[in-house]
Amino acid sequence: MNTLTIARKELNSYFRSPIAYGVMAFFALIAGYFFYVAVVFFVRRGVESSMMGQSMPMDMNDFVIRPLFSNVSVIGLFLIPMITMRLFAEEKRSGTIELLVTSPLRDLEIILGKWLAALILYAAMLGISALSLAVLFAYGQPDWKPILVGYLGLLLLGGALLAIGTFISTCTKNQIVAGVAGFAICLLLWVLDWASSFGTTVTDKVISYLSVLQHFDSFSKGVLDSKDVLFYLSVIFVGLFLTARSLESLRWRA
Amino acid sequence: MIKVQGLTKRYARKVAVDNISFEVEKGQIVGFLGPNGAGKTTTMRVLTCFLPPTSGTASVAGFDVLEQPIEVKRRIGYLPETPPLYPEMEVHEYLEFVGRIKGVASQDLPRRLNEVSEKCAIADVRKMLIGKLSKGYRQRVGLAQAIIHNPDVLVLDEPTAGLDPHQIIETRDLIKGLAGEHTIILSTHILPEVEQTCERVIIIAKGKLVAMDTVANLTSRLRGAETVAVEVMPREGQVDPALVQKKLEQVAGVSRVLPREHRDGKLLFTVESLEGRHIRPGLARAVVEAGWNLNELHAVGLSLEEIFLQLTAAPEEIKAEHAAAEAVAAEPLGETK
Repeated sequence: MNTLTIARKELNSYFRSPIAYGVMAFFALIAGYFFYVAVVFFVRRGVESSMMGQSMPMDMNDFVIRPLFSNVSVIGLFLIPMITMRLFAEEKRSGTIELLVTSPLRDLEIILGKWLAALILYAAMLGISALSLAVLFAYGQPDWKPILVGYLGLLLLGGALLAIGTFISTCTKNQIVAGVAGFAICLLLWVLDWASSFGTTVTDKVISYLSVLQHFDSFSKGVLDSKDVLFYLSVIFVGLFLTARSLESLRWRA
Repeated sequence: MIKVQGLTKRYARKVAVDNISFEVEKGQIVGFLGPNGAGKTTTMRVLTCFLPPTSGTASVAGFDVLEQPIEVKRRIGYLPETPPLYPEMEVHEYLEFVGRIKGVASQDLPRRLNEVSEKCAIADVRKMLIGKLSKGYRQRVGLAQAIIHNPDVLVLDEPTAGLDPHQIIETRDLIKGLAGEHTIILSTHILPEVEQTCERVIIIAKGKLVAMDTVANLTSRLRGAETVAVEVMPREGQVDPALVQKKLEQVAGVSRVLPREHRDGKLLFTVESLEGRHIRPGLARAVVEAGWNLNELHAVGLSLEEIFLQLTAAPEEIKAEHAAAEAVAAEPLGETK
């Protein structure tokens, strides 16, 4: 109940500041562009195959939806720090953290509320990409089950990164610092994904396992793998756990 | 209502609060007085469960701040030095939010909102964005926020800081109006504020408790020995200052006479009385009977400012006073008024 009160207040702040609109507009632009490119490629391929008189396998899920999901996952990586940077940093700067912490709330309620609000904003952002997919349903018959799995994957990936971002936001009073640090970590995770694709040593395997994007591959294919679900859930847990510790240490250091 | 025992708060390099003990009875307004950096805010933060004490205990309404923080938080309304406001929210929306997180039941919330807005005179800005409010209104919204859940104890950290004189008076009246229903601790470094709003004063300096008493007692205790300025002028010619001094010293109740400046034949003395003696009539008579003119005779009162300076500047010298304060502290606060 308290968690929902906090989440509602956070969402309120998001939509009263330019952040929510900026993030969503940017996402709509980039995701829309990638969607357009994928569809154009798909259509051209279709035309080519009919001109050559031989039927090539033409699957919307493979050629449009799957690349779209991979692209959206990477875009998310860059937008998530913008969503999480203000969560705690702003409260620390303006002193309102004192109100939250001296209210009869458990730390967990505060943290979950804030994380939930960020997740809802992220989900709303993903909703824009669903509009593009709706167009596919209007002109073709893509399989809807892999799409659901893909969105579940995006939510899990987003939840994990948001949890990390929330933790970073508790470490500083400065939104910009929180944003830049979050961005740096997301960038690092992205680079890890590249790096891991080259080597085969144990180290590479470990790095590859840690790569947040790596685990999204199965989801974008429409495969629901419990291993990857578990990975994201553990990252969410670790992120929120660190947030809780950091919030607590705030009091002991103060 | 509030009980603090041997409270110490140590930060990495410095001790912010050093072994402070005090108690506050239900319904009192207590002023927490001290120079900036004396440890007022730290003590308040411990009471509101924002900071844990390094050692010692603090309890509010019988609940320990470390052991049952949620119960303590339910019973405390806290206004930090900068009111914790969200500029992007409307006033009523903000108060509703605070009401919810403070645990006001949904069906009581509209009624509480009305009561609180009326009490703090913010009903006319209910629909305004907090970011657009003036400083005085913000402070009142901050107070409204602190009392929305009708807490037993109100902790106000410098509630009048940064307000203009008119707003200061309004805020003080508001706080006085809140007493009775709530037990109030307010911190300030402005002395007249304590004299005007509070029943009891706790003075701390450099993290240590220096004095604790009612305002009246504190002033009279330190003013116990009367200090009088006397200006004497001979009717004609010169008179030996030593002679005048001797004469004054002979008045009953005088403990010592200090010569001040002598100019244009006027002799100025500062006369101190023994504890609890009124020496002004005697001085007047002595001067007139000796055939001199008495130009001036007035009590040099120790203002609360001076007391404050005396107490906070040199804690060693007033150890005796401190002991007295502790003796007072041992009694239940309500009865010493």
